[in-house]
Amino acid sequence: MTKILTKHFDEPKLHELETYRRLGGYEALKKALGMERKALQEEVVKSNLRGLGGAGFPVGFKWSTVPPEDKVPGPRYVVVNCDESEPGCFKDRVLVTRAPHQLLEGLLIASYVVGSKDSFIFIRGEYQNQYDILEKAVAEAKAAGLLGDVNIHLMRGAGAYISGLDTALLETMEGKKAWPRQPPPFPTVAGLMGKPTVVNNVETLSMLPFIVREGGEAFAKIGSAKNGGTVLFSISGHVEKEGVYEVPMGTKLRDVLALAGGVKGGKKLKAVIPGGTSMPPLLEKDLDVALDFDAIKAAGTMLGAGGMIVLDETVDAVEVAHNIERFLTHESCGQCTPCREGSNWSERILERMLEGKGEKGDTENLARVGENITGKVICALGDTVGMVTRAWTSKFPDDFKKRVPNNG
Amino acid sequence: MGKTVKYKLNGVEREAEEGKLVIEAAKDVGVEIPHYCYHPALGNPGNCRMCIVEVAGAPKPQVSCRTSVREGLDVKTDSDLVKRAQASALELHLVNHPLDCPVCDQSGECGLQDYYMKIGQYQSAVREDKEHKGKRIAAGPHIMLDQERCVLCTRCTRFVDNVTKTHELGIFGMGHSEKIEVTPGMTLDNAYSGNVADICPVGALTDRDFRYKVRVWYLDKTDSICPGCARGCNISVHTNTARPWHNDGKRVARLKPRVNMDVNGHWMCDDGRYGFGNLDTDRLGKVLRLRPEKAELSWFDMASELAALLKKDGLAVVASGMLSNEDWAAYKALFVDTLKLQDHYFSAEPDQIGVEDALLRRKEKVPNLKGAENLGLKSGSFDELAKSLESGKIKTLYVIERDLSKVWGDKAASLLAKASVSILQGPNKYALGDSFTYRLPATAYVEEDGHFTNFEGKVGTYFKALSPIGDARPDWAVFGLLQKALSGAKTPEAVA
Repeated sequence: MTKILTKHFDEPKLHELETYRRLGGYEALKKALGMERKALQEEVVKSNLRGLGGAGFPVGFKWSTVPPEDKVPGPRYVVVNCDESEPGCFKDRVLVTRAPHQLLEGLLIASYVVGSKDSFIFIRGEYQNQYDILEKAVAEAKAAGLLGDVNIHLMRGAGAYISGLDTALLETMEGKKAWPRQPPPFPTVAGLMGKPTVVNNVETLSMLPFIVREGGEAFAKIGSAKNGGTVLFSISGHVEKEGVYEVPMGTKLRDVLALAGGVKGGKKLKAVIPGGTSMPPLLEKDLDVALDFDAIKAAGTMLGAGGMIVLDETVDAVEVAHNIERFLTHESCGQCTPCREGSNWSERILERMLEGKGEKGDTENLARVGENITGKVICALGDTVGMVTRAWTSKFPDDFKKRVPNNG
Repeated sequence: MGKTVKYKLNGVEREAEEGKLVIEAAKDVGVEIPHYCYHPALGNPGNCRMCIVEVAGAPKPQVSCRTSVREGLDVKTDSDLVKRAQASALELHLVNHPLDCPVCDQSGECGLQDYYMKIGQYQSAVREDKEHKGKRIAAGPHIMLDQERCVLCTRCTRFVDNVTKTHELGIFGMGHSEKIEVTPGMTLDNAYSGNVADICPVGALTDRDFRYKVRVWYLDKTDSICPGCARGCNISVHTNTARPWHNDGKRVARLKPRVNMDVNGHWMCDDGRYGFGNLDTDRLGKVLRLRPEKAELSWFDMASELAALLKKDGLAVVASGMLSNEDWAAYKALFVDTLKLQDHYFSAEPDQIGVEDALLRRKEKVPNLKGAENLGLKSGSFDELAKSLESGKIKTLYVIERDLSKVWGDKAASLLAKASVSILQGPNKYALGDSFTYRLPATAYVEEDGHFTNFEGKVGTYFKALSPIGDARPDWAVFGLLQKALSGAKTPEAVA
């Protein structure tokens, strides 16, 4: 299969500048700096590159919403979202560990297009090794004169899941509690310190060297309609070969599972969480779903950040739902009421069911509370709280029935 | 006013200023949208999710505190979708609320209670135990914090962050364990702390001075003006007369700010809020001559006696910025126009000087020095007055609503003793009240209608909230009585 980001992953010492440059690294940056900024942005629009941090927003379009300098003078920023916190996701960690210069090259291209002289990498606090690797890579690039007039600042998160959401990330970068902002204004208009700010994920920015080098159309051809290029899946759970896999956008779930060796021990598949625990699961009947932002949405779930978790037939849906809700309850920032109270309430209902104290109506109540949260909250975490209970109760009714003694 | 646009609210075509928040535009036409976190002076974080509305074309419900009116906007506040959304938001607000309304001081003016009755889901689906948080935490001298009742709307933290900029409160913790707490090492004792009880939409922050004294539904409310300084904050006087046993017999239960964006916005200071104690204590009730022998007089007899005294040379009048515009007008007619008196003393001295700040508080701790100034009255120096008393130049001293012990300190009693006749007129006795020759009970501002002119020249109207105590009359009426006595005209009392 076509590989863009992981093409040279077998190369020893790929994380070092010398190796990366030997393989053609930073040539795309050189080319980009010789192009008009507008032309570069149009290449990205042509590429159909989507935001690979989970939202799937068209990247070129997002950049185009940054107001021009003559209308909004002053600094503008690019922020790399490396706060990978979604359970099941670890592809950014691998990208930063193996190919930090690929990210830096992408960041420098984006900084040029956006006009950012100060760009930031916000990295999850737990990623100490990756922080060290990036720090070294930035120093190498700076010493080699590759940064030009761009300052790259590394900032560490303190370990809150919500910090991965772009507006909460900006709040925490400003030294505040990571409470999401409620747009408008969107960050591209008023972001970090109120200045126009583009926030892009590690994987997204790492795609840019290829797009500049090969052209937007070449990138678009690799993927499916309106979903350019490739996508990384970090696959875990009940599979034979856990790991990070790069496939073209639109590859079928069945084929992605095959890459990971299929369900472990030959057991039957119960569910696949496609994009991280927050996403509604797919079932065996969904194996032919194409994995891109649009097709998977039509199947009732989301690509998310590609954190694929495979669950075999032995798994209990109530336990899974409880596990996820417990995580979301812990990580709810507490800003808006439906998420703060709804997550906790849902978790406690599930906990009671697991303790054998389920009551008639619990399953319906879980789904109802979930419905009441979804679409009525400030950010995606709250939507997730509702989405999880609705999805798991509706897709695995028998597991929930078993948890209600005498009333099944 | 910006551009006016047409939009639809619940199917009815309306006009509003472009960009105005839907929650505000709806309120302008009498459509109330439930809300907790939105406050016109504190912003619209959109936390509480109660003000959800349906906007045509929007993929999901919107919060009206962050949705702006634009041309062609079609918004519904009463659709089934909205009703369901608000009911569900309310249900989630109440999941961990202790529901202790019977013992909560906020009962009767609680947003949770009100909306529950209006839109609540009356059949509870909560089978889980409530989360317990802190109760009865004294956040500061005036405010009690009950974390269990808090809906984390953040109005209070926004107030101390953005209005007073004192930061004594914060949201600590995360998710469902999050709670309002007093910043470690601090107490909520800024000069405006009482406002957090006003803006708390539930019973999480209550007023320690008011707690458990009167249930709010027994209170009467009267529009008034705070007499605490020259700002003239618009306030409401909350009185309890039907059940005096509820509040130790005190008639005034509390003062609350009343919105006037030209004067005080939404706020009032703690000095003003808690400065009403003398309305029900230390009051004068009878018209008395204390010397040479103590005697209770009728207003008519008093007026006859005083008229004779006031005509004599050696009169000086000490007055106060507590007088209303009506009082000052009658004062001028009596003392300036009729008696041609030159010796007026009403400037703010140590007794009426306090702390000033950039928010509301003014240095002059009386409401209406401007009223005297507007009539052309000029105050002499209190030091000069002291000298005149000592030299015997002043023989009759007429003191209106002023505590001389706070003007002159320890010297006040001996200075007062220099006058052969002294008259105290006002609502309160003060420290030297027993040393005067005459005592005339005047009404307090809550017992009369009147006007104050604040330091900026803005005239505020206050209304009678309570009946006068004893024989008290408004100052202007006392001056009028004396005026008639001086002219020899019969007063109604004399006729009777």
